[in-house]
Amino acid sequence: MGRLADVTRRTFLFGSVALAGGVAFGVYKVRESPDNPLATGLGPDEASFNPWVLVRPDGITLIAPHTDVGQGARSVQALMIAEEMDLEPGQFSVNPGQPSAAYWNTAMAADAVPFLHSDQSLTARAARSAVGAVIKLSGQQVTGGSSTVADSWEKLRRAGAIARETLKQAAAAETGQAVDTLTTEAGAVVLRDGRRLPYTALAATAAGIAPVEAVTLRPPSAWRLLGKPVQRLDTVAKATGTQAFGIDLMPEGVVNATVRFNPRQGGALLSYDDTRAQSMPGVRHILPVTNGVAVLADNTWNAFQAAAAIQCEWGQAPYPPEMAQHWAAVEASFTEERLDKVWRDDGDITAALGAAGDVIEHEYRAPYVAHAPLEPLTALCRVSGGEIEGEGEGEGADNERRVDVWAAHQFPRLAQQLVADICGLPVEQVYLHNQYSGGSFGHRLEFENIRYATEIALKRPGETIKLTFSREEDFAHDFPRQMGMARIRGISGGGQGIAALDIHIATPSAIASQSGRANLPVTGPDSQIPAGVWNAPYSIGHMRVSAYRVPELAPISSWRSVGASTGGFFIESAVDELLIAAGQDPLAGRLALCNDPASRRVLETVRDMSGWNEPLPPGHGRGVALVVSFGTPVAEVVEVSQKGGKIRLEKVFVAAEVGRVIDPVNFENQTAGGVIWGLGHAMNCQITYADGMAEQHNYHQHTGMRINQCPQITVQALESGERISGIGEPPVPPAAPALANAIYAATGKRLREMPFNKFVTFA
Amino acid sequence: MTGFTLNGNPVEVEAPPAMPLLWVLRDQLGLVGTKYGCGIAQCGACTVLFNGSAMRSCQLPLSAVAGAEVVTIEGLGTPADPHPVQQAWIDEQVAQCGYCQSGQVMQAAWLLTNNPAPSDAEIDAAMAGNLCRCGTYPRIRAAVRRAASRLASPVQVFDPATAGGEG
Repeated sequence: MGRLADVTRRTFLFGSVALAGGVAFGVYKVRESPDNPLATGLGPDEASFNPWVLVRPDGITLIAPHTDVGQGARSVQALMIAEEMDLEPGQFSVNPGQPSAAYWNTAMAADAVPFLHSDQSLTARAARSAVGAVIKLSGQQVTGGSSTVADSWEKLRRAGAIARETLKQAAAAETGQAVDTLTTEAGAVVLRDGRRLPYTALAATAAGIAPVEAVTLRPPSAWRLLGKPVQRLDTVAKATGTQAFGIDLMPEGVVNATVRFNPRQGGALLSYDDTRAQSMPGVRHILPVTNGVAVLADNTWNAFQAAAAIQCEWGQAPYPPEMAQHWAAVEASFTEERLDKVWRDDGDITAALGAAGDVIEHEYRAPYVAHAPLEPLTALCRVSGGEIEGEGEGEGADNERRVDVWAAHQFPRLAQQLVADICGLPVEQVYLHNQYSGGSFGHRLEFENIRYATEIALKRPGETIKLTFSREEDFAHDFPRQMGMARIRGISGGGQGIAALDIHIATPSAIASQSGRANLPVTGPDSQIPAGVWNAPYSIGHMRVSAYRVPELAPISSWRSVGASTGGFFIESAVDELLIAAGQDPLAGRLALCNDPASRRVLETVRDMSGWNEPLPPGHGRGVALVVSFGTPVAEVVEVSQKGGKIRLEKVFVAAEVGRVIDPVNFENQTAGGVIWGLGHAMNCQITYADGMAEQHNYHQHTGMRINQCPQITVQALESGERISGIGEPPVPPAAPALANAIYAATGKRLREMPFNKFVTFA
Repeated sequence: MTGFTLNGNPVEVEAPPAMPLLWVLRDQLGLVGTKYGCGIAQCGACTVLFNGSAMRSCQLPLSAVAGAEVVTIEGLGTPADPHPVQQAWIDEQVAQCGYCQSGQVMQAAWLLTNNPAPSDAEIDAAMAGNLCRCGTYPRIRAAVRRAASRLASPVQVFDPATAGGEG
C-alpha cells in the first residue's frame, strides 16, 4: 500500500472529517480484510477461522482485542463469540492476542464526524463511511470512546457463528452425515444419534475447510449468555486476589526499576547527583533516560527509595508554570482568532440577544483533573536475541532480535510502533502482551511507561526490566482532563422555557495534545471541545454553540467522557438556571425542549424513578441533567440534603438508552461507576500547577469519592434495540450538573465552578 | 532474618528492617494479591490482617512484623474454596478493574469479625479508608451485608459451582 498506508497510519481522525488532505480509496482496498494474525504458524491440526477464534486439539482460545481496563471488555467480547459458537464459560481461554490491523475499530467513526448519531442523512452516512475507511486502512486497534460493544457485537458474534458452522462442516466431512442434521452444544458438534464430537477433535479437519462465511446470527430470544446476568470471567479471580495485573508479573530474573523524570512535563533534566543513591541497598544501576533518571534495584521498594534520594535539577516547563496563567489563557481565548468552529447556529441568536428582554449571563469553569487509576503505570520490557550492533551477520541475526513488552495499553499498535521506533527495529519484531489493568479512565492511552521501560531495556539487553511508577511519579506525569470555561448568555421564557441560548466554550484540545504525543498529525476542528453541548437534544428558537481552542498549556489527555465531562456541566447548569428563571420545573422544562425520542425516554424514566413530582423533606433538593455522549443519552436525578451546613448525597437515579444491554450486571456496574466518577471528581478534585508542577501528589490531595460519600444509586437501562451504543463514559457528564442543580434546589446556592468543595462542605 | 507467621505458615525473611511488609510480600515472597496503590495509607489496596487487625501493609516495617500473625488475601481463601466474604464478593460481582478488591475484602473480613451485623453507617465508616477508583461502592455495601447474613446463619451455604473462572 506504500504511501497510502503510511499516510493513513500516521493520520488520526479528528472532529470534522479532515481526511489527510482528502485521500480517496478504491472500493476494493477498503473491502479487503486485513490478514488473520492467528493464521501464521498454525500446526496441521490447528484451525483459525478468523482473527478471533483458534481451535487446537488441546483447547479453544478466543481473542478479545479490546483492552480490559476494568470495564469488563475481555469477558464481554469472549461471551459474544461463545454465544454463537455454543461454548460454555470454562471451555475456552481468552487472551487479547497480538496487536493487529485485523482488529481495527469499526465503531469509532460515529463519534469522529460532526453529525449527530441519530442523523441518518446521506451526508452523515457518507462521512461515517469515509472515516471508517481511514480507521480500517490505518488498522486502528483502539479501546476508547465507549466503543467496545458497538464495535464487537456484530463481528464477534459473526466470528463465533463462522467457527460453529465450519466445525459442523468438518463434522459432516468426518462422519459423512448431512450438515443440516448436525447441531452444536457446549463445545461439541452433536450428531443425530446424540454422539458428540468435541470441537477440539475436529480442529485438524476444520483447518482444511474454507470458513463458512454465510451465517445467520441468532435472534436475542435465542441467547443463552448475552442479555442476561452472567458471571464475568474475571469475577472469581478478582475476589480472591488471583487476577494478575501488569504490576504482578514476576518472570524469572526480573530486574525491578523505577523512574524519576521532570515533573514539569516535557522539561529537561539539567543535571543530577546520584552519589547517595548509588550506595543505597539493593541498587544495581542508575541510568539516564529522557528527561530523567532510572534506578534498577533488587526490589521495587529499594528502587523507589534510591530514586527519591537522587538530587535532580529540572529544567523549566515548556508551558506557563502558574495556574493563574492557565486561567488567563483560557479567559483570553474567546476571540475570532481562537474560534475553532461554530458548531450550531439555529435561528438568529444575535438578533434575539439584541432585542428587548433580560439577558442572563454567566461563566462556568472546570479544572484539570487526573486519571490516577489505582494500579500505577507499569511496563515490563525485554530486548533479546540477535546480536548487539555490528556483531550479527546479515538478515538472520537481525530477525532473531525481538522485543517483548508486557503492559496494559488502549492503543496497542501505537505502543508497539513506539517500541519499534525506539529500538530501531521493524514493528514485526516487537511483541506487545496486553495485560489486565487496574483501571485506566484514559490513562493507558498514553505512552510514558512504554517509552521508559523500552529505553531502560535497550540499555540492558537480555534482562527483563519491570518498571513501576511510584504513585507520586504517576500523579506528576498524569496528563489531566482539559480545564475550560464557558460563557453563556440566554433569555428565559418565550413560551418555551428558553428563548435563546448562546454558548461559548473555550478549552485546550485534549485530542490534539494526545495525538501530538502519539506523533499523529490532526487537522480540523475538535468535536470534543463542544461535546455534549452542540449535540444537546433541545430545540431552542435561537441557539448557537461556539467552540474556541485555547493554545495548549500543560499537556492534557482524554479523561473518561473527554469533552462532555466539561461541556455537560456547562450547558446543563445553564439550562437549569434559565428554566428556573422562567419559572419552569427543570425536568418538565427540559422535556418541553427535548427533540429526541430516546432522550425524552431517559428523562421521563428518571422522573418516574425519582418520584420527581413528590414532595421532599425539608432541607432536601433534587437536580436533573441530561447529556448525550458517545451516542448514548443519559439522564440523572441527584437528591441531596443539607444538615448542619453539610451537603449529603442521598440518592441518584440514572437512565441510559443503549439500544440493547449485552451484560446487565456489568451495565449496572459501569453506570453506577460512571456516576461515582463524575460526582466524586466534581465534588473533590482538581489538578493545579505551581512552578510548572502538579501540586497534587497522591490520593489525599485528589481522592475522587470514598464509600462514605457514595449515594444510593438506582440504574435503569432502556433498550429500544435501534442501535447499540456504549456505557463506559456516558454516565459521567450528567453527574456534575445534576449535583450542582440539586445543591441549588436544596440551598439556593448556584455552583458554577468545579470542584464544588471550594464552595460547599460535603458530609 | 525476620520470622513471622504468614497465612498459617512460619516464614523467615532476609530484608532490611525498614522495608514495608507490602514489598516483602510482593517482591520477596511473590504474594502479589496484596497491591501497591499509594504507599502512604491513603488507598487501602495493601490491607492485610496483622495479628487479627486490618492494617495497611505499606506502613508496616518488617521490624514490626517479627513474631506476628499475618494473613493476606491468598490466606483468606482460594478460588476453589473462597472465604465467605470472598464468596459474597463473587455473588455480588463487585469487581470492575478489581485492583482495590483484595484490600476491600480484607477490610470487610476484619469488620465482620469484630462486628458481625454492621449497620450501613458502620459499613461506610469501616470501609472509608479503602479507595475504589472504579466506583464499586454500592456492590461493596451489598457484599458486606450478604457476607454478614451468611456468617450469621448457623448453616453456611456455599456454591462451588459459581467458582469457575477463566478457563
